[in-house]
Amino acid sequence: MSSPTASHTTPSATTHTTPAAAPGLAPERKGPAPLLELAGLNVSFGRRATSLRRAGRTRVLAGIDLAIGPGEILGIIGETGSGKTTLARATVGLVRPDAGRIVFDGQDLTQLDRSGLREFRRSGRVQYMFQDPLRSQDPELTVRQIVAEPLAAVGALTRQGRAERADQALTLVGLDAEALGGRTPGQISGGQRQRVSLARAIVTRPRLLLSDEPVSALDASNRNLVLSLLDRLRRELGLAVVVISHDLSSLAGIADRVAVLYRGRLVEQGPIGEVLDHPLHPYTALLTASAPSVRREHRLLPSQLRAPAASSGTQSWPDDEGCVFAQHCRFADDACRAEPRPGAVTDTPASAAYAVACHHTATWRDQLG
Amino acid sequence: MSQPAESAKAAPRTAVLTVEGLDVTVGPGVRAVREVSFTLERGEAVGLVGESGSGKSLTCRSVLGVLAAGCEIPAGRITLGGSAGEQDDLTTFTRTQWDAVRGKRVGAVFQDPASFLNPSLTVGRQLSEQLRVGSGLPRSDARSRAVELFTAVGLHRPDEVYHQYPYELSGGMLQRVLIAIAVSCAPELLIADEATTALDVVIQAEILELLNRLRTEQGLALLLVTHDLAVVAESCDRILVMYAGEIVEDGPTAEVLATPAHPYTEALLRVASIGAWERRDLEIIPGRPPETGAELPGCRFADRCAYAAQQCTAGPVALHALGDHRRARCLRPAGLLDEQVKEEAHA
Ligand SMILES: Nc1ncnc2c1ncn2[C@@H]1O[C@H](COP(=O)(O)OP(=O)(O)OP(=O)(O)O)[C@@H](O)[C@H]1O
Ligand SMILES: Nc1ncnc2c1ncn2[C@@H]1O[C@H](COP(=O)(O)OP(=O)(O)O)[C@@H](O)[C@H]1O
Ligand code: SF4
Ligand code: SF4
Ligand SMILES: [Mg+2]
Ligand SMILES: [Mg+2]
Repeated sequence: MSSPTASHTTPSATTHTTPAAAPGLAPERKGPAPLLELAGLNVSFGRRATSLRRAGRTRVLAGIDLAIGPGEILGIIGETGSGKTTLARATVGLVRPDAGRIVFDGQDLTQLDRSGLREFRRSGRVQYMFQDPLRSQDPELTVRQIVAEPLAAVGALTRQGRAERADQALTLVGLDAEALGGRTPGQISGGQRQRVSLARAIVTRPRLLLSDEPVSALDASNRNLVLSLLDRLRRELGLAVVVISHDLSSLAGIADRVAVLYRGRLVEQGPIGEVLDHPLHPYTALLTASAPSVRREHRLLPSQLRAPAASSGTQSWPDDEGCVFAQHCRFADDACRAEPRPGAVTDTPASAAYAVACHHTATWRDQLG
Repeated sequence: MSQPAESAKAAPRTAVLTVEGLDVTVGPGVRAVREVSFTLERGEAVGLVGESGSGKSLTCRSVLGVLAAGCEIPAGRITLGGSAGEQDDLTTFTRTQWDAVRGKRVGAVFQDPASFLNPSLTVGRQLSEQLRVGSGLPRSDARSRAVELFTAVGLHRPDEVYHQYPYELSGGMLQRVLIAIAVSCAPELLIADEATTALDVVIQAEILELLNRLRTEQGLALLLVTHDLAVVAESCDRILVMYAGEIVEDGPTAEVLATPAHPYTEALLRVASIGAWERRDLEIIPGRPPETGAELPGCRFADRCAYAAQQCTAGPVALHALGDHRRARCLRPAGLLDEQVKEEAHA
């Protein structure tokens, strides 16, 4: 969605942590070394020529710095199409980044060659749960075969043993293994398919699980069941979990931290309670204000945060210049033509792990009526 | 079941959709949808909620005549508009009869957008085809109308999206394309089966506003399947709750959310985390629903119900009227129970 010929500097394509120009960029983390660390990650996709644009590349992720430790749950929220899925796919080696490092357990995955990467994926140490189960599950296989498949790749158990482990995983996610195990994906409901994907993702007992909207198709009770299961796995097995979700409220129930993506940039990250209760970035504020609720008690209204209709869609503020949110930001001014770098926030209790990318972090709220 | 006596005395209203005694089997004798009855009026939005696997999608697919192979409708009637004749029963429609209905009088947006789009055509082409066939627009008008619709559903750079193939769009963008296609021919009824679950809440709010506008401006009736009770609270006049193949509760949204009558509705509301942003224990409804299509002597929720009594499993439980506007399939409706009985049950 961005112009390939942008003249301003996009985040440097260096492989190391973000440039030194802005101090305290990547939030520092306390405690043990992270299990997974992303640094300066850039991803783009080739684009065909259309009547409107020449062929080129579309930048989907830019300058992503993120870390997650063992037993930690990190939520990722953000706009549809903002690159959440791409972030997860890059982390498991399904998409090659243009620049940046992906370090898992001390090993930089971007340095692996094709066979090294395949080997890494087969090991089952990192599992990825696809967003769209219907597209990712083989329609010809039974549910039990789908769940057992990753075990065959690891090559550890007998066939019988694999089927048993598959049934255990199905039971863990609240499914009746006996009743559903023999059916094909077309013969189960959307929510059941979603849980089959999760069962498949945890069957190899991975150390890191990337789950792309793991509960979106579930009712409240099953949603809580699946999320509590993730919470249990992280406490008992030290599993690190990345949860991509649009359900802010469920996410708040289990995640430790949250990262907010907008058009391929991390605009805010920090402890989830703080970020959702008192967002420091105008996009996060719009997101929390737009969350549906039965009683609107404690929040701003979306209309207080949306840019006046006239200002969005005009050509006066080209993409790729300045703040990614500028076109839709009610508080944008000339200063916002320079790109804000995610800066550490120092006056919050957990400041060491809090960063926000906005020029007017401290002042935009003053403009609210 | 519906109560003819009740509806006859109500003020004259225009039914857009009437479903009566619908059964759907997913295998020989396996009834996954059981005696489902409800109506939708012009401009009305009804939220259909319930446990995963309870039969919401099968109900929607029946109304659209797109049940998967192996699924059948052994009983029930589905009619559109005020029409009531034998020949208007959608469950008996032939393929040609459906062509005049689907995409024209009834639009649909489903849970899995990718499977409803042709992977080898650009999405713009698919929308303008629909406009040409459905509304008879000439090619050039269809094109500009398509771009307008893409803008209306909140796609950035609509004229670029026009030229893209489904695989190039994110799940949420595909969902917006499908919504544009579904409303393109100004249908009377839109069936949205988890149409907004792949969308972020900002876009979701915009799409819901768009649908609301179509309701007020064009009298569009909306059947909205969702797991988000807050969405129902914000955009639906009425709520239908399904459990294990049956409608267990039906009533005006605000009333049902404030005083649920069926114990399943009550339990669902208790565990739903709506607007809470702190770390907390995520509660569940203990137990599991009966196996799909299981034939049980009594109430299908009895195993998991805090108020179950002997009479509950003695025989079939009917969907009773509770006053003029509400129905519940329960012998001891929770909303009417004594507070003390409730406390004891939960203790
Ligand atoms: N293979 C691809 N080729 C071209 N563009 C792609 C490809 N995969 C993703 N994109 C584009 O990259 C952007 C990010 O896509 P992604 O699927 O990661 O978004 P997302 O945040 O997961 O959105 P959603 O919530 O809708 O799933 C989108 O603009 C999408 O169209
Ligand atoms: N084609 C099919 N074959 C067999 N069982 C099916 C089929 N489609 C759905 N089912 C079963 O019917 C029940 C209801 O499914 P569905 O209507 O899709 O549920 P949901 O309420 O989640 O949308 C589920 O138990 C599901 O497993
Ligand atoms: S930098 Fe400017 S445009 Fe960007 S979010 Fe902050 S105020 Fe809005
Ligand atoms: S009929 Fe009995 S078991 Fe069923 S929901 Fe009502 S009280 Fe519970
Ligand atoms: Mg996605
Ligand atoms: Mg469904």
